[in-house]
Amino acid sequence: MHAIECRDIQVEFYGRQGKQRVLDELSLDVPRGHIVSLLGPSGCGKSTLLRVVAGLAPCQKGTVLIEGESLDRARGKLAFVFQEAALLPWRTVWQNVRLPFEIQSGNLIGDVKASIEHCLQLVGFQPSDWHKKPSQLSGGMKMRASIARALITDPEILLLDEPFAALDDMLRSRLNDLLLRIVADSQRTMLFVTHNISEAVYLSHSIAIMSRGRIAELVPVPFPFPRTAELRSTPLFASFYGQVSEALNRSER
Amino acid sequence: MMATPATTSTKNGIGQWPSIVAPVVVFAVVALVWHVVVVAFKIPPVILPKPGDVLTAMWTQRSELMRASWVTLQASLLGLLASALIGSAIAVLFSQSVWVRTALYPYVIFLQTVPIVAIAPLLIIWSGTGLRTVVLVSCIISIFPIISNVTSGLLSIDQNHLDLFRMQGASRWKTLFKLRMPSSVPNLVLGLRVSCGLAVIGAIVGELFVASSGAYDGLGMVMNAKQANYKTAELMAAILACTFLGILLFVSVQFLGSFVLRRWTKDAGFETS
Repeated sequence: MHAIECRDIQVEFYGRQGKQRVLDELSLDVPRGHIVSLLGPSGCGKSTLLRVVAGLAPCQKGTVLIEGESLDRARGKLAFVFQEAALLPWRTVWQNVRLPFEIQSGNLIGDVKASIEHCLQLVGFQPSDWHKKPSQLSGGMKMRASIARALITDPEILLLDEPFAALDDMLRSRLNDLLLRIVADSQRTMLFVTHNISEAVYLSHSIAIMSRGRIAELVPVPFPFPRTAELRSTPLFASFYGQVSEALNRSER
Repeated sequence: MMATPATTSTKNGIGQWPSIVAPVVVFAVVALVWHVVVVAFKIPPVILPKPGDVLTAMWTQRSELMRASWVTLQASLLGLLASALIGSAIAVLFSQSVWVRTALYPYVIFLQTVPIVAIAPLLIIWSGTGLRTVVLVSCIISIFPIISNVTSGLLSIDQNHLDLFRMQGASRWKTLFKLRMPSSVPNLVLGLRVSCGLAVIGAIVGELFVASSGAYDGLGMVMNAKQANYKTAELMAAILACTFLGILLFVSVQFLGSFVLRRWTKDAGFETS
């Protein structure tokens, strides 16, 4: 059984130019514990696919199964990390991370305080920053808080929608390492939307290259885990980067 | 009365002193011209008293004016409080259903456009000649900015935040109390800033209609009495007191609003930097 199974997903939007097919009978399986990146140019439907998997966008046709269950039943297994950190500005970091607990008050399991502390430490927050408001944080810190909030409910599957697109390269690679560590420690499944090839190669077990609402190619990444930052400077990495880039170009033809 | 710009001297690029001195100079020049005109054309004091006479009247009537201003201030504050509470409650109702919004919004517009002067006699018949009627008029005049600002705050929620709540399976109430209401606090502050001046106007309009009955005696009644006795200088002194009252309330709400907003998102103001 796969963590995520998408079968014949079809999504159409009605825009100014009439009916537009955003996802075209798309199928994708994500094995449990794997990181799969959705890579493609703007408008290829990668964010829409992620939103369909999250249940945030409706699909006209097709099915999504999470751990073999329908979305309604499996909602608690998912967490979403948005492109902007989407922290509530009037809450402190601590209170933002606690938010999912407050919303799902029925599912309060274990020691909430300890879980929040654990998640904040996991994403590298110093205790002195726990009670700051988002306006007092840098972009990278906001994103760390956002990831901590996603982890707080201990989801089996993380859905990330270009979370690091607005950050500089150094911060981006540092947060990539953070994500790898989180997934390695917990065997979580991750579906990751990006348009950064290097990030996709570094993070993923396989890369789904998307074009015009379809998966054009599913490219397995040959590097073993655990991966470290040194991998990025090896010739093998550069050569594989070239292959993915070529596949991306091919898909657009 | 309500649109007095705060002294933002440094932002204007002029120093601190000119921004205080310049308006004072304008005041002095206007008073001087006024005085000269009254003397030169021998205008009788009942038509236009000299500025000095107005200031003298303010001083001699100070205890009456202070007492009446205090009464009117209480009525204005109660009116403003009532609009904040009732207006926010209506806005919450509006935010919950597009049908309710569509059905009731025209009546809110009606509240905004109906000439209050025309319905004040009706309100007196219904509610008597006491504080309650004055507060009612103040509330009716000042409620619209609260309703429209808070409604727009409750409805214009960041899509990512809404998605976040949906992902957690949040109920309508959780979304209202934990997302929509806190999100619209800045809108409520904005509405209060506009409404506070209107609340004073409303209280005075109410008072002008409510006949003095001993039990309630605000600035509006004082003005009525002075006008009936042709005590023009004292009437103008009462008008000045109204203006000061409006400014006092406006500045207090501005100050309180900035304080609340700063606390709301700590130090960086509402715009997250």
